[in-house]
Amino acid sequence: MPDPAPKRTIIEFRNITKRFGPVTAVDNVSLTIQEGEFFALLGPSGCGKTTLLRMLAGFETPTSGQILIDGQDVTKVPPNKRPVNMVFQSYAVFPHLSVIKNIEYGLKMEGVPAVERRERAEAALAVVQLEGYGERMPDQLSGGQRQRVALARAIVKRPRVLLLDEPLSALDAKLREELRFEMSALQDRLGITFVMVTHDQDEALALASRCAVMNKGSLMQVATPADLYEFPATRLVADFIGSVNLFEGRVEEDESDHAIIHLPEIGIKAWLDHGTGASETVQIWLALRPEKVELHKRMNGEGPPTMEGTPPGHNVVKGRIMDIAYLGSESVYDVMLEGGKRVRVIRPNLTRWDQEDFSWDEDVWLGWHAEGAHVLLS
Amino acid sequence: MSEKPGLLDYARRWPLRLWMGLVFIFLYAPLVVLVVMSFNDSRRTTKWQGFTFDWYRKVFEDTELVQSLINSLTIAALSTVISLALGTLAAIALWRFRFPGKPLVDGAFSLPIVVPEICMGVAMLIFFARVMPWPSGLPWPLSLGAIVIAHVAFSFPFVAVVVRARLHSFDRSQEEAARDLGASDWRALWDVVIPHLRPALLAGALLAFTLSLDDFVITFFTAGPDTVTFPVKVYSMVRFSVTPKVNAISTLLLLFTVLLTFIALRLQARAEAEKTS
Amino acid sequence: MSGGETDWKRAKTGFAALLGPPLGWFLLFFAVPMAVVWAYSFGTNVGISDIEISGTFANYARALEPLYLGIMGKSLAFAALATLICLIVGFPVALAISFAPPNLKTWLLIGVMLPFWTNLLIRTYALIALLRDEGLINSGLELAFGWAGFERLSLMNNNFAVMVGLVYVHLPFTVLPLYAALDRLDRSLLEASFDLGAGHLRTIWNIVLPLAGPGIISAVLLTFIPVLGSYLQPDLLGGPDSQMIANVIERQFKRANDWPFGAALAFMLMYLTLFGIALQSLLKRRERPE
Repeated sequence: MPDPAPKRTIIEFRNITKRFGPVTAVDNVSLTIQEGEFFALLGPSGCGKTTLLRMLAGFETPTSGQILIDGQDVTKVPPNKRPVNMVFQSYAVFPHLSVIKNIEYGLKMEGVPAVERRERAEAALAVVQLEGYGERMPDQLSGGQRQRVALARAIVKRPRVLLLDEPLSALDAKLREELRFEMSALQDRLGITFVMVTHDQDEALALASRCAVMNKGSLMQVATPADLYEFPATRLVADFIGSVNLFEGRVEEDESDHAIIHLPEIGIKAWLDHGTGASETVQIWLALRPEKVELHKRMNGEGPPTMEGTPPGHNVVKGRIMDIAYLGSESVYDVMLEGGKRVRVIRPNLTRWDQEDFSWDEDVWLGWHAEGAHVLLS
Repeated sequence: MSEKPGLLDYARRWPLRLWMGLVFIFLYAPLVVLVVMSFNDSRRTTKWQGFTFDWYRKVFEDTELVQSLINSLTIAALSTVISLALGTLAAIALWRFRFPGKPLVDGAFSLPIVVPEICMGVAMLIFFARVMPWPSGLPWPLSLGAIVIAHVAFSFPFVAVVVRARLHSFDRSQEEAARDLGASDWRALWDVVIPHLRPALLAGALLAFTLSLDDFVITFFTAGPDTVTFPVKVYSMVRFSVTPKVNAISTLLLLFTVLLTFIALRLQARAEAEKTS
Repeated sequence: MSGGETDWKRAKTGFAALLGPPLGWFLLFFAVPMAVVWAYSFGTNVGISDIEISGTFANYARALEPLYLGIMGKSLAFAALATLICLIVGFPVALAISFAPPNLKTWLLIGVMLPFWTNLLIRTYALIALLRDEGLINSGLELAFGWAGFERLSLMNNNFAVMVGLVYVHLPFTVLPLYAALDRLDRSLLEASFDLGAGHLRTIWNIVLPLAGPGIISAVLLTFIPVLGSYLQPDLLGGPDSQMIANVIERQFKRANDWPFGAALAFMLMYLTLFGIALQSLLKRRERPE
């Protein structure tokens, strides 16, 4: 991933709150988005992400707070006078206008002369690879094609910011994956700032250069996809992005180059290759992604294996495989530890016989590297 | 109300508020004046002379007027029951069966809805004068038969439309499930389809009742001298002169309509609530 | 879509029991009377009360005389104008109701529907009390401008009063189908139009009107057809020169006692109505080619 160079702020939300009657949809959110970013608002349905986007587009007015685009306060500017355009979740392609008329609509509203209008609309059609579809009516198009029309109709206006409301959610899985790459390439080519709303974490991780995770109207964490996944700030984020195994624990030793954490739930000590800075008196959680857990055979009489980067006896625990789900590219193991705690483990099926290594009811050692786990304070 | 209205919240933008205000004044001012003047202590109905219930007393002293109201309510009740039965049968038949000439029957049933009242009125006049004269001198309420027949003829298609719209939302597999569990055809119809139709039956009944109570033109051509209905009586009173007595009885009927509408809305809201819970 | 329908031959008794009563009622008490009127329209008066169905077209020929053609033309013009006014007055109302928040919407709908449920005669009568020479409008104006030598407006017994009455009575017939059509619109289409730079008026013109087209047509016909056959408003509010076709028909039956001619006039009205309905279903079919 290229290192994003420091850029200008293009969008700024200042203490935005939106209430619908007694319901607070967005609760005091402040957020800045840089020019050229592909920014994703991610969260479960009803978390306020769509309301935030609709306020940016101008369809809703904040109850309090300010929205700035390019340094201009647009909080009270109507949507038809904002330098942003939107791709709707339902695409909202006008059913009574042909494809080319749909794309020209926005230019017509700007007063662009007919000839230039047609040229620019044709060019936009080419960008979304729909040359020759101009005279079709929307009901003659597939879902994916309609999505491209909606995209062309928005970018032909050359907006400062393109807004995407769950742009791929109405498409089937295969098409969705295809369009993901296309959107990414499109954004690179156009250099427009994209702001996308999605509830699909894969989509956000794959497309966005930065994500904001929202829950119940508030921002949980704003970070790059990799940071969200590897260094989630809270259990909520850790759990929402991918799946995670969580162990309650307490810090026993905290140095600058390592830390030891006691995990009473599973009766072992975990070794981390970095300090945590957490107080020894508070409860913390150890987050462990399923693919960062290793499985080892456990024969009678053999001691535990030593995990990479740790002194012997750390980061290893006994378990028994309860269930295996074969998913083709990988297999998911449901392992029960002594004491009843369940742990989820993912192993890639590197060869065609990999999935036969372990079987149901087999006794195993579970372990992870010194840099495999992450400490959460809340 | 300090908050700016939403983008499409037209009802809260002032030009449309003004417009709606004017339209509602246009719709309601005449009715409000009518009600207010029914309490006015003056024969000349324009100037307010003081409050009185006199006109209401006079309404109840006018036996002809009261009789016409009783006639109207009786006709409406009878017509509603028959229309509800016929309309529901027609709707279920058209929903259930495939048969030759179905589009024709379907179209024919919608004719009474669209045919101008005056045309149907003269048709009833000729029919009961020449083809099937209704025997005169029958005891009340049999004497109202001709009017009831006419009212049913134009009411039951409305009921059929309402019931059919509701049948559209019926999940046929429910009926199949009942059959699968051992119910006969009729049993399944009665146990599964009819309960689903309840809100539509209520709406249809209300519609049939109102249509019957409301009808002037067709009744005007069907009614005889001793089967005067309320609208026909009021019509003759209005032609003769405008007296506050008409205002008083109109107010009573208005009240009745409002009450009926709200009861229906209540029942409908309750049915919705039951459905969602 | 007709997947669950049963063929009638598989349950003849059930089919007959269901369809028989309504169809019988329809045939005996609607189709037969209408057919008799139709037959009478080709009849001649013989004596005082006997009518012979002679197959003559004389009644229709008379109905096409300038006098009656004029009344028919006037009825059509009245109906067209009343429909246009209802449409102009009703469209903003329907628009506001469609996009109102849910609880307000319920009340506004009740507000429009309550007059719809109210007795037609009472509503027409209520207008008389306002419009007549010593009615409330004149009294009010007199009170306000009497000092300036105000003279009573004649608001009753003329074409103006008939038009007010027709619009007053039929406005709910226009608003409700318009509302139904607008309420079905996908809001995101309107938002997309704003997003692309259109204001309110341009969005209504470019997006709302074309998409609500079928609903507008049905609102037009649902208003036009009943207005065309109106009897009460011209009768009670109109003057001698504001008679519409229904009033002429009534006169043939109740006063002039010329039933065959009345029947012919009634069927002229029927033909116009049926033409309107045919037009509507044709347009409807063209709107939805699927």
